[in-house]
Amino acid sequence: MSTRSVVPFGPHHPVLPEPIHLDLVLEDEKVVDVIPSIGFIHRGLEKLVEKRDFRDFVYVAERMCGICSFMHGMSYCEAVEHIMGVELPPRAKYLRTIWCELSRLHSHLLWLGLLADAFGFESLFMQCWRLREKILDMFEASTGGRLIFSVNKIGGQRRDMDNAMLHGFVEKLGGLEEDLKGITSTFLANSAVNSRLKGVGYMTKKMAQEYGVAGPFMRASGIARDTRKLGYDAYGDLNFEPITSTEGDCYARTQVRVRELFQSIDLIRQAVAKIPEGPVAVPIRGFPKGEYMVRVEQPRGEAIYYVKANGTKFLDRFRVRTPTFANVPAMIELMKGCRLSEIPMLILTIDPCVSCIER
Amino acid sequence: MAESDRQLLEVRPEALLEKVTELKTRGYRLVQICSTTLKDCYEMTYSFSIEYDLLNLRFTVKAGEKVPSISHIYPSAYFYENEIHDLFGVPIEFMTVDYKGRLYRTAVKAPYKLKQEEEGGGPK
Amino acid sequence: MKLSKSPWVLHYDGSSCNGCDLEILDSTTPVYDVERFGVVNTGNPKHADIFLITGGINAQNAPVVKQLYSQMPDPKVVVAVGICACDGGVFKDCYNILGGVNKVIPVDIYVPGCAVKPEAVIDGLRKAAELLDQKQKQMKKKRAAARKEG
Repeated sequence: MSTRSVVPFGPHHPVLPEPIHLDLVLEDEKVVDVIPSIGFIHRGLEKLVEKRDFRDFVYVAERMCGICSFMHGMSYCEAVEHIMGVELPPRAKYLRTIWCELSRLHSHLLWLGLLADAFGFESLFMQCWRLREKILDMFEASTGGRLIFSVNKIGGQRRDMDNAMLHGFVEKLGGLEEDLKGITSTFLANSAVNSRLKGVGYMTKKMAQEYGVAGPFMRASGIARDTRKLGYDAYGDLNFEPITSTEGDCYARTQVRVRELFQSIDLIRQAVAKIPEGPVAVPIRGFPKGEYMVRVEQPRGEAIYYVKANGTKFLDRFRVRTPTFANVPAMIELMKGCRLSEIPMLILTIDPCVSCIER
Repeated sequence: MAESDRQLLEVRPEALLEKVTELKTRGYRLVQICSTTLKDCYEMTYSFSIEYDLLNLRFTVKAGEKVPSISHIYPSAYFYENEIHDLFGVPIEFMTVDYKGRLYRTAVKAPYKLKQEEEGGGPK
Repeated sequence: MKLSKSPWVLHYDGSSCNGCDLEILDSTTPVYDVERFGVVNTGNPKHADIFLITGGINAQNAPVVKQLYSQMPDPKVVVAVGICACDGGVFKDCYNILGGVNKVIPVDIYVPGCAVKPEAVIDGLRKAAELLDQKQKQMKKKRAAARKEG
């Protein structure tokens, strides 16, 4: 007869870059139940809108998470801009798109590195992060910051990139693309790596639909939905298709993200070729009044930003539903029935961002 | 929030379960549940989506009024509902997984609670 | 600067936004390579000499931070990385933030920045390693004095 035991996992665990606690109920090697507990990073920044001017709150919104910092700030601005009826100049829209895609590249490379670290392939982790530095250098050259760069403001961008810089970036990305082909083939074709990923944490299309999951986690189960297709910012002018896979396991999720890396490089190329000249910001007047919900595609999936404003300089409510928040219930469900050794792979392949979950 | 790709429906709290069941059979997925503290009540917004279209259901509840859980219709809803319970203090009935206020262990209990409730004026 | 041992580092994410954590990890990767100072990232508090902590303290992570600190053997150095760990930073006014790391454990070295740059992390670690040496020497002296008396 098998005996039951409870293994506490986290909040401090070598495989976790961020704290989350899971109580894993095991029967021998098999996980039969999982009880998550969160709140180690809960700061309560959504309530800070009551104390900060809506223009200053951009800085707080950007600090929700250091990985998709740019997109958090941008989406907050877009929600307020929509309420105030501000139409962005086209160049600002293109700049936002380019920075968004650079953020996606940096986020996916970071994730590939962490995944490699989780299955114990440390040199691959170092390689991924070495390539990621090239993206961070581009951020630093164009904005002055590496991770949190505060170039968004309500009504546009604080900085412009000149065309020489943009074309320089495209050239550098060409070199990066070659390097990426080398390391990503290790993820997709190396038999030792595949043995850790293939067949682990299989999620059906039906389950993905039922649990309302988001991002590459969902697309790896065969649902072709990418919020960028809504055509916000400059995405309406660019040519791309959602990347999907039908396998639904950890390998498929890796595959989707790897192919998204190349897609992002392609999108940046298209955007740089089409970017119009002109101003990058418009002045804003008055205070917002009304409500709006913005949907954007972050590296981890669809994120929802809800802003409710009352016509004063303080907002009534700012709420974010981040993609990881939507993915956690499905991840918990997938863990049931797995072996203990597969848990790190499962946690990693939803690309968890705990500071996004808890805000 | 009325645009081509989104709509907002006002529902009565009693009719919530019926409406949500209907959406589920029509193939909608749950996007999020959000609560907002207004002057004297909480505004609940349930967002659903099919393809790229967004549908919001909305109703308001007074302090202490119970809201039925939709977690037996959409299994992932328990996470949102526990969050609302912990941060707003809105009681939610029949959740499939009930943390009983221990999902977020905040220093201040239910920080988004209505002011009148904090002063003890609201119904117990 | 002469170091007598390779300081091992324990990294815990208090309630940071990830930015500083990534920069700490960045500083261990080939471009910045903090390992040239002998610094190795370890997951086990019992193997660690330097405690790198990012983000502010909230009610839920305070006991975790205290426990990790108490599990580290003496001598140990605590480095608060990022402005949130120093005093709460942009989240100082949030209802769930008690303040910087020094609210729960003694902090030796403060590395400000939002997010900190890897260069700053390395500088902080270098200072921490020096302090670790000093603490070690003091401990040895104390022990020798105690032995004489005993």
